[in-house]
Amino acid sequence: MLAFLVSAIRLGMAFLFGSTGETIAEKSGHLNLGIPGVMCVGASCGCFAEYIYLSHAKLNANAFLAIIIPIAATLFGSAVMGLIFSFLTVTLRANQNVTGLALTTFGVGVSDYMIAETGPIYTKGSRYFTMSLPFADDLGWFGDIFLSHGVLIYLAIIIALVTSFVLTKTRVGLNLRAVGENPATADAAGINVSRYRYAATCIGCAIAGLGGLSFIMDYLNGNWEYCIDAIGWLAIALVIFTVWKPGLAIVGSIIFGALYIASSYIVGVSFAGKEIFKMLPYIVTIVVLIITSIRDKKENQPPQSLGLNYFREDR
Amino acid sequence: MKGLNFHIAKREPMVWYKNMLVRAAAILASLITSAVVIMLLTQKNPLEIYASMLSGAFGSSLRIWSLVQNTAILLCISLAITPAFKMKFWNIGAEGQVLISGLATTCVMMFLGDSLPYPVLVIAMIAASVLAGIVWAVVPAFFKAIWNTNETLFTLMMNYVAIQLVAFFLKYFVKSGSGVLEPMPQYGLPVLFGQSYLLNIIIVAVLTVLSYVYLKKTKHGYEISVVGESENTAKYIGINVRKVVIRTLVVSGALCGIAGLLLVGGTNHTVSTTTVDGRGFTAIMVSWLAKFNPFYMVLTALLIVFLEKGAGQVATDFRLPGAISDIVTGIILFFIIGCEFFLQYEILVSKNGKEND
Repeated sequence: MLAFLVSAIRLGMAFLFGSTGETIAEKSGHLNLGIPGVMCVGASCGCFAEYIYLSHAKLNANAFLAIIIPIAATLFGSAVMGLIFSFLTVTLRANQNVTGLALTTFGVGVSDYMIAETGPIYTKGSRYFTMSLPFADDLGWFGDIFLSHGVLIYLAIIIALVTSFVLTKTRVGLNLRAVGENPATADAAGINVSRYRYAATCIGCAIAGLGGLSFIMDYLNGNWEYCIDAIGWLAIALVIFTVWKPGLAIVGSIIFGALYIASSYIVGVSFAGKEIFKMLPYIVTIVVLIITSIRDKKENQPPQSLGLNYFREDR
Repeated sequence: MKGLNFHIAKREPMVWYKNMLVRAAAILASLITSAVVIMLLTQKNPLEIYASMLSGAFGSSLRIWSLVQNTAILLCISLAITPAFKMKFWNIGAEGQVLISGLATTCVMMFLGDSLPYPVLVIAMIAASVLAGIVWAVVPAFFKAIWNTNETLFTLMMNYVAIQLVAFFLKYFVKSGSGVLEPMPQYGLPVLFGQSYLLNIIIVAVLTVLSYVYLKKTKHGYEISVVGESENTAKYIGINVRKVVIRTLVVSGALCGIAGLLLVGGTNHTVSTTTVDGRGFTAIMVSWLAKFNPFYMVLTALLIVFLEKGAGQVATDFRLPGAISDIVTGIILFFIIGCEFFLQYEILVSKNGKEND
């Protein structure tokens, strides 16, 4: 049970990064379906940087650098992906869904290519990421659940909380939401719509990219698996599941993580039955989607201009 | 501000040949960019790369057949999603709709193959796959029509439900436990003139013409475009939007069903979780790039399949990871998506205009 919870939390944080990033973008009115690709690129950039650093530093690898270098590479790689997306959708006003899907194709390609170059094993690097507080082991179950994780897990929660605060309590957040709800009004109020959309998408992508890195380093202990894009789609689903609230997503992500791995922990499920269990997160998302649309509560709706580009002269 | 001022304005619709010219320029620019990328990775002469791409697509009669066959399947899926997209119903679940029809076809082949006479078997395969495709498409459409449930994410989730169902099926019914179902060509669709892909190609060619007629010349097609342009207008002129949404997705799902039938019954004779192989998503780009015109779709589908085949050959010839084909496809799509801007808008340059300051 304990191992199940710990695993659910570690996997959940990969979802949390992705969904926080996507929430920021969606609040600005960008439905970024490129997130799966961004998470792939984020993961592979981080792993690639780790590989280079560790093979360069040999035995004198510094734990701090071994963590900060991959994170920086991930942030950079995924922000560049965000830049491609925003250039096409904001500056060139391309259709967001189509651009997002193309970005996913491209991102999966880039990441598979990079992994083919370095090989799929990053267990050495993963050891730095999963280093926990030294006294976590002495505190029993409490330590295991709350203190046994690596740095990225805590970072995910901090980023989600900060995002939630910025979105609801600050002027920047208010402006961002205005841009997503009604860009024409925001524009009239003197908010630079393009700048907000560029920034939100790039920052959102950078955060989402960390999700890919966390998935490989924390959940899989450094063994690459070619399924990050599936994690990315679930992260997008999580945004809806938690009705665009990053604070709520902290709990939601752990539920998703638990659903995703439940089949391996329930005794007596057949080999084939596990595949049925893996449907759960998707079915739950569909159910939530239906319920929120039936209840039709104002505060639980997507941003009004989600998926629509803004062009001042079009009004 | 000193110097030049840029100003973006909507452009008058351009003559068709200028449109084509801009698109051709974009494709050319994207080919150059991808060759440069491959060149940086391999240090090879770009001409060699293009030669390798061409040989990958057209190098032998087998390759040409495979190119045309893959184009046909991709085109079929693109035709399937087009009515929905034209209606601005963002159906990104073609992947699942095709896969579930493939699964239905496989089930019929596996369980009824021995007991039914061949003509009845073929009819059963068609019925099963079309029905499965319709069910997978209509469920999201129903909720969209009644409660305005977000269809993009609904259909996306349905993809994964379909994938897991196939994974379950393979683990449950494949006795060896390998999870790989042996092909059953003896129950496949009829083979015409000894060319195993010919039937697929003919069916898709017929569907292309029918789709064009359906979209451009019928009342249904007209209603689809009105709902797509503006739901309020549609309501105002007395179109029952709910009915149109559900009916269109029945058509869309049925076509996906045929794509699944052709993939399983006419090509692979088996099913796996990767049978559709992302074509459900690629089809969206094929359809969108062709401006939802079935005849242009032949060209865009051909372009994308050519790129995939060509880049695959480049990967083999220069010992690059196969992922290079995804990268190249991505780059080219970015260019084609981006060039739409230059078709719709123009950039006006004025010299330090006073009216702007």
